[in-house]
Amino acid sequence: MDEAKRKRWVLAILSIFSFGSILAVLVNEYYMYFVAYVWFGFIYGMCLQYGRFCFSSAFRDLFAVGVPRMVVGIMIATILFSLVSTFVTASGMSGFHPAPFGFHSIIAGLIFGVGMVLAGGCASGSLYKIGEGNGTSLLVVISLATTLAIFVDIGGIANAFVPDSWAESAMSKKLPASVTVSDGWIDQFLAGHVWNLPVRKISTMLGLDSESFFGIFLGDFLVGTAIPAILLLGIVYYFWARKQHRRKFKKEKGIDPSLKDDIEGFWAMVISSKRTAIAGLVLGVAAGLHIYVMQGLRVKFGINNAGTLLKKINWDSGLSINNTVFDPGYWYVTSQEGQWAAWVMDKLGINIMDNIFFGYSNGIPNPIVNGPGWMSIALVFGAMIMALLHNEFKLKMPTRELVVWAILGGFLMGIGSRIGLGCNVGAFFVRTANGDPNGWFFGIGMIAGAFFGVKFFTWWTDRQMAKEMANF
Amino acid sequence: MAMTFEKKDEGVYELNVQGYVCPHPQLYMKKSLEKVNPGDIINVLFDNPSSGESIASMCEARGDEILEKKEEGGKLIWSIQKAED
Repeated sequence: MDEAKRKRWVLAILSIFSFGSILAVLVNEYYMYFVAYVWFGFIYGMCLQYGRFCFSSAFRDLFAVGVPRMVVGIMIATILFSLVSTFVTASGMSGFHPAPFGFHSIIAGLIFGVGMVLAGGCASGSLYKIGEGNGTSLLVVISLATTLAIFVDIGGIANAFVPDSWAESAMSKKLPASVTVSDGWIDQFLAGHVWNLPVRKISTMLGLDSESFFGIFLGDFLVGTAIPAILLLGIVYYFWARKQHRRKFKKEKGIDPSLKDDIEGFWAMVISSKRTAIAGLVLGVAAGLHIYVMQGLRVKFGINNAGTLLKKINWDSGLSINNTVFDPGYWYVTSQEGQWAAWVMDKLGINIMDNIFFGYSNGIPNPIVNGPGWMSIALVFGAMIMALLHNEFKLKMPTRELVVWAILGGFLMGIGSRIGLGCNVGAFFVRTANGDPNGWFFGIGMIAGAFFGVKFFTWWTDRQMAKEMANF
Repeated sequence: MAMTFEKKDEGVYELNVQGYVCPHPQLYMKKSLEKVNPGDIINVLFDNPSSGESIASMCEARGDEILEKKEEGGKLIWSIQKAED
């Protein structure tokens, strides 16, 4: 595709989204709420593609080929996001709620981590790669969405794997009969286990006031995010980048490097990939502002959930039994994709609302009025614009081998994201930056999962290379 | 299309990983560099832009030199020489 044609495509995409947004707001002011999701999605997509920003590659590339650039990018983004969130939370304009605190987050992260390595991208990474024309990534998202929709509804034989204590506790919650809480693994996991767990923030665990600026800054930002993130980067430098820096230093200057030189080496690692670092900076700030803007719109429209808006504009089909829909108020990826799959299943006549995830909490709104869904769609097109501008857009059909990895990886990410109540964005990035200890738990699981995924792929690559090199 | 690794000339190899997503291109690149002799050249063909970032960082860390970077409509062709020591 020549440059003129690519620029025409960029203009066309921007025009469609701009005119669509203006038209929607002119039709009804309430659509501003969904338009806000759209444009933040656009920003996320542009940043992700520009910085080749994929949570999957963070520890995968570290373990696989010794490259630390993405760990650096993600930690920069997390620190910045946390700093902006500190101000947003202290101003009383944060819609963030920590998840119930438990070790299930580690197990979820582990499953998700293996899945994202097999899939070739995390939940957000797979979305932006669709924008580059990658058919494998589209398959990953379809697999993830379908698995998620089925997994939250699956009962029958899966009920045999529910501990009695969960089943009893779930029944004691007296949920509406339409949810059929006794039939469904995830239903009983949520109502019988997760809902019983305490909700914690690092600031409150340290005995600080989680609503004052000082408490949030010291507890959630400094102790909860910045220090662990810098420590993690220190570990990465020590084990992966230090040796190379010291060797280079000694070769150039002929003397052993001092501690000061090591600090310079650490900084060199941080700024080694400018694209990734810049993307991390913008992502972090945008994610924090997103929380502020969505909460501001909630105040403006006098709502707590987009379900209320949908009722007001007569789009009330697909609402949950509580008249709510999935509406996190910040960056999220997997739940809305699961809603798309569930919406299709519903249209095919499958009852997908008899569970807590869809029927009681998130609903399955029409994709036309699914704000977070539009955020994901806009993310794809934001990435597409950047790919077109840099001549990196290419339609690529998946090979037979990649089809297998994509389906398997998407399947594991779908399961991991439900057990962890989120993916690399919702369960790790957002929670870590907002002082929810579950974020680091999920992250530890993801690192372990990436390690095992890389071990598997290293074995697989060796096998393939041995075949190719048999002739010489 | 499955990956291919071919010897094109004495000390010159071609690794074709077009169609592959992460982490395959960078993993195959690493394995290829481990297999060839110091000073040998590998021409790698790939079309997954994010793999380029990882391959460039990996080469810098290992001391391998990227002699040339070409781009043809989404297809990337990089010529990489393995470090002498």
